[in-house]
Amino acid sequence: MNDVVPPDLRTGVSFRRRVVSAVFRVFLWISLGVALGTLAALLIDIGTEGWSRLNWDLIKNMPSARPRRAGIQSAILGSLWVVGTTALISLPLGIAAAIYLEEFAARDRWYNRLIELNIQNLASVPSVVYGILGLAFIARGPLDLGFTVITAALILTLVVLPTVVIASREALRAVPSSLRQGSLALGATEWQTVYRQVLPAAVPGIATGSILSTSRALGESAPLLLTGALTFVTFNPEGFTSPYTVLPLQIFRYISEARTEFRPLAAAASVVLLVVLLLMNSAAIGIRNRFEKKL
Amino acid sequence: MVSTSSVGGVAPVGLRATGATRRRLLVQRLVRALFGMAAALTVGITVLIVVSLVLPAIQFFQEVSLGEFFGSTTWAPLFKPARFGVWPIVAGTVWVMVISLLVSIPFGLGVAVYLSEYANRRVRAIIKPILEILAGIPTVVLGFFALFFVTPELVARFWPVGNVSTFSGLSAGIVVGVMIIPTVASLAEDAMTSVPRGLREGGYALGATRREVATSIVFPAALSGIVAAIVLAGSRAIGETTIVLIAAGSKPSLTWNPAEQMQSMASFIGFAGIGDQSTGSTGYLTIFAVGLFLFAITLVLNVISIRAVRRFRQVYE
Amino acid sequence: METTVEVQKTGRSADLRPTTSARADTTGSEATPVVFDLGGLSVSYGSFLAVKEVDVAVRRHEITAFIGPSGCGKSTVLRCFNRMNDLIPGAAVSGRLLYHGVDLYGPDVDPVEVRRRIGMVFQKPNPFPKSIFENVAFGPRVAGWKGNYKDLVEESLTRAALWSEVKDKLDESALALSGGQQQRLCIARAIATSPDVVLMDEPCSALDPIATLRIEELMLELKKDYSIIIVTHNMQQAARVSDRTAFFSVDVTDGGQRTGRLVEFDTTDRLFTSPSNPETERYITGRFG
Repeated sequence: MNDVVPPDLRTGVSFRRRVVSAVFRVFLWISLGVALGTLAALLIDIGTEGWSRLNWDLIKNMPSARPRRAGIQSAILGSLWVVGTTALISLPLGIAAAIYLEEFAARDRWYNRLIELNIQNLASVPSVVYGILGLAFIARGPLDLGFTVITAALILTLVVLPTVVIASREALRAVPSSLRQGSLALGATEWQTVYRQVLPAAVPGIATGSILSTSRALGESAPLLLTGALTFVTFNPEGFTSPYTVLPLQIFRYISEARTEFRPLAAAASVVLLVVLLLMNSAAIGIRNRFEKKL
Repeated sequence: MVSTSSVGGVAPVGLRATGATRRRLLVQRLVRALFGMAAALTVGITVLIVVSLVLPAIQFFQEVSLGEFFGSTTWAPLFKPARFGVWPIVAGTVWVMVISLLVSIPFGLGVAVYLSEYANRRVRAIIKPILEILAGIPTVVLGFFALFFVTPELVARFWPVGNVSTFSGLSAGIVVGVMIIPTVASLAEDAMTSVPRGLREGGYALGATRREVATSIVFPAALSGIVAAIVLAGSRAIGETTIVLIAAGSKPSLTWNPAEQMQSMASFIGFAGIGDQSTGSTGYLTIFAVGLFLFAITLVLNVISIRAVRRFRQVYE
Repeated sequence: METTVEVQKTGRSADLRPTTSARADTTGSEATPVVFDLGGLSVSYGSFLAVKEVDVAVRRHEITAFIGPSGCGKSTVLRCFNRMNDLIPGAAVSGRLLYHGVDLYGPDVDPVEVRRRIGMVFQKPNPFPKSIFENVAFGPRVAGWKGNYKDLVEESLTRAALWSEVKDKLDESALALSGGQQQRLCIARAIATSPDVVLMDEPCSALDPIATLRIEELMLELKKDYSIIIVTHNMQQAARVSDRTAFFSVDVTDGGQRTGRLVEFDTTDRLFTSPSNPETERYITGRFG
């Protein structure tokens, strides 16, 4: 028996509350719209502007002062050289440092914590600062390597090294400690545990992080601005000590040209760059997705 | 292997390392040292950065007085006669930072709240990769977009004050802001999803709507992580070089109108670096002085951000 | 805070007619009015049937306990009472669930309003990282209540037997309180919206025995003003505080699916001293669970 007037369960949220919630929701949609819309606008803009120059000539031709004949071949190969070298240097270094920090270092030692803090700071330093460092120490200064492929690779190594370390550490950390405990309990040394158990398990994560870091190096422009990548290079690199240009900077060059006929070239080159980056990142994420389930 | 005594035997169990084990331990020590050096290398990098900036900066200030650096409002270090008043490029930096924060903070946080409190798994799985793509667009390409699309189609068309020429700090700021949205969103979203589910349930159980739970419970609880995101955004905006160099031009100007041409500290460094400065000249040294300034500011911001994240993690993990 | 004036709806009299509980399986206190009337209530998450065919009548100013082994659906049923299951994607509730005669899952029912009227206290105390004052004031604030918040907070904390311990530190963080105090704060917070029912999902399982005892005493006090439903793992607790007890158990199908069901529902005295169902007897004498 109910001695209470049956409750009205319809109203709960006053009109004002509902309006605020609706406005809030609209704001959230707008936020998404700004981000996604800008991306879409950018892709469409680049695509439509560059469409006319997207053909094999783009890759076959060298940069030229004559827009009709200009291409980006030296930039593509320059990027390959530079980024490849960067990967060769930064990946072993970064992964080794990550293994040390994650598997060997005693966490409470002050120097290890200093290293950790330091890496976090380095990851957030503006990349142009690394360019300054490169200008002072690598291109000129003590190393005096000039404006060459190896200079660029060393500078880019500095830029991506913190990212490689951080990403590799995450991959190592994701390996369950039971794996390590089991191995150590059987009498293996720490290094053997790492080498035989932890690393194989962490390979997908490390691979993902490595590809993503390397793709970042591919897109960098600021640090190389200071070290001669903007010189007019119409030949492919001939070695580590060869002058060079890279794709982002070739694009920069074409953008800076006063003659508007170079604009489609800049756009087309951007398309090429974006496509390569997209492929690399998809590969990285594909690896991550495919192997993440196994753990 | 460790030698063991025979069962029931009287000989003590020997646990000293045998030859094979000693070799393994040696390998381990070697590896540990090598890898440790790789790690220590990173500290060396920071030292190098500081040294490479400080020494030439000191030289710079021997040639240019602090009075002129902070007193004059004309910045023309690469011209004759050279003028070294730093304020125009500081103003340019501030403009770019302010505009990009005005774009990236509200919309970045909006995206974060949406992903954390409103979106279901499928939607998140679509949006997050798209945001990663946006984050990965090279700054040259963003610069192209800012210069050839944002300035003529948006800023020139809608900006009410004065005439907008080819170059505009406003466009650069806007595009930098959009570039940073994924960073803000990602960090803020991490902070929000770390807020324990129990808090949300408590809020719902009290008769709060989803919006109220998001804004009155989750957001304040995630605040230090959100602050970290904002500070990091500011740091990235200050350090952005290429977009500003391409879209905002290379003429320093101390102005109240953000839609004008301007030069930031970072874009000045890029600009000066392109023009091949002879080593040791004052123009050359200027790069380092400004670079030191830039590094110091971003370092302070980054430390604040890292501290904020750490404080947040302490509470919830 | 005054109970919201309950106004007779116009033009919707059909679903407002009070339903006399037809259940006659509970003897004693038949006259006590029914707050919740469940008939054939089943809950499933997607294709997984969590609990099936529950028939229970919860009465006013009583403490009703749900006991049973883990996985038997007691918390699931509890969460139906304040529509918290709505928050889980894929959750579906079928059957009859009437609240003061009104279908709780009717098409016009606003879950937000339901949750204002039916409070909940959780297993792990979950105070907001705000001050003690703001915690208690949260519910009324979002509901837009205009009135004297200081009085409201004091009254709620007093009813939750916490006022004397915190009255000098209302502006301090709620997280600084001990576990037992936090739970009492959560109770104060829940009753600040003037609910008529308080749901408690294993409220003491994260607390030490002394804090537990205090909360049990509190419950006996609270039942004068509220109707309480408590889910508990602790049979002795159910025996100590509750007026009626529902015993749930779990059926395991061949596919390994665990579906909960109600085994027996009776006054606590009868259920514990002379249960009608042998399964109940096995559980309370400790032979399983």
